[in-house]
Amino acid sequence: MRITQGTFSYLPDLTDADIAAQAAYALGQGWPCSVEFTDDPHPRNSYWEMWGLPMFDLADPAGVLYEVNECRKAYPDRYIRLNAYDARYGRQTTALQFIVQRPAEEPGFRLDRTETADRRVQYTLHPYALDRPEGDRYGAGR
Amino acid sequence: MTERPGFGMRQNGSPVDTSQAPATGEPFPPGPLPPETLAPDARVDLAKERADSQVDSVLDALDAELVGLAPVKTRIREIAALLLVDRVRARFGIDSGRPNLHMCFTGSPGTGKTSVAVRLAELLHRLGYIRKGHLVSVTRDDLVGQYVGHTAPKTKEVLKRAMGGVLFIDEAYYLYRAENERDYGQEAIEILLQVMENQRDDLVVVLAGYKDRMDSFFASNPGMSSRIAHHIDFPDYDPDELEAIGHLMMEREGYGLAPAAEPVFRDYLSRRRAQPRFANARSVRNAIERARLRHASRLLAAGTDVGRDDLTTLHPQDFLASRVFG
Repeated sequence: MRITQGTFSYLPDLTDADIAAQAAYALGQGWPCSVEFTDDPHPRNSYWEMWGLPMFDLADPAGVLYEVNECRKAYPDRYIRLNAYDARYGRQTTALQFIVQRPAEEPGFRLDRTETADRRVQYTLHPYALDRPEGDRYGAGR
Repeated sequence: MTERPGFGMRQNGSPVDTSQAPATGEPFPPGPLPPETLAPDARVDLAKERADSQVDSVLDALDAELVGLAPVKTRIREIAALLLVDRVRARFGIDSGRPNLHMCFTGSPGTGKTSVAVRLAELLHRLGYIRKGHLVSVTRDDLVGQYVGHTAPKTKEVLKRAMGGVLFIDEAYYLYRAENERDYGQEAIEILLQVMENQRDDLVVVLAGYKDRMDSFFASNPGMSSRIAHHIDFPDYDPDELEAIGHLMMEREGYGLAPAAEPVFRDYLSRRRAQPRFANARSVRNAIERARLRHASRLLAAGTDVGRDDLTTLHPQDFLASRVFG
């Protein structure tokens, strides 16, 4: 099941040229970019791990793409996303965020139903990949 | 808070601002799409190409604002010509690969290495070789860290900031310290070499430093020397050029020399030139700064009415008080 979250998630995966163009747009708006990765892409997991510090004072998207590629090299089988943060007063939030890499195989989620009192049912999303320990969830070793 | 930014979307009720680039669809690198390949027998007007690239205004500014430096200007013109011809060749579909433009500027202090680097960035941007045309000027401190593991992220951050432009490393020979083999500078050099080789499309590296020290730097880092295509030597200025530089500086600051002060200024420069620690244009600047100080205190001491001429004219005594004449 293909995970969709962030901007452009219903489009086909972005190419490097697409990513660079989006980074160029973000830098043009004055939003510093940062790269994050995870192997727990649950929709409620907002805090992915940071790949280095946010990149300030960049003029050109080549630097952003360089870090994305470095992160891809280090974690070829995890989710990687690119954030652009708008630090202006009144906004101070992530302005743009999209996935730039996903594992080759995404097992998806199962729906857990828990019966509670009075025949009420609680629903939970459980990623199949989460049954394995961290760092071991996607990729060849699985 | 008077205005609430629209969270990246359009403001309440206001129409979409079409002047801003849309979030999608901007080609990379930004700019017009390359025109179709020309027929093999087509003719291209080089003069028109040259005018279109607006490269002449940068070259003219280089000629007008920098005195002397004939070998440097020649080399920069050659590079401009090469890039222009490469562009025309590309229109015929001839792929010639990207020329290597990493450079090394050597010369005495105050010979205009930094000034030329700024103009070079502008020139390469006009010719479409680099995307942004900004200059990031760094020294050893900005590249080399203070403890183990600090250097690589620091160097990479500087390199990322310089991408799309020119990275100017002033006094680059400090990166390598022969006397300390565990110096972190070596690590910075290795990262630099790697990026200079692999990301040639993204940035141009210019090393600058004094001639003799750069020579020994290259002797201990042969990989660096061979990756730099252009070694440009900045000659020392001769007395006439120094005088022209002095006049240019005074003109820019709204000063002029009294007729009697012209020979004194010339004499000052030739005496200062013979002294140790002469730093070419920088020494000329300092001489003028000190003359301005004496000029101002002379006017105040006289305490009389002053006119425009008094305020803008430097007299012989403003220079003669210098200890160069002592």
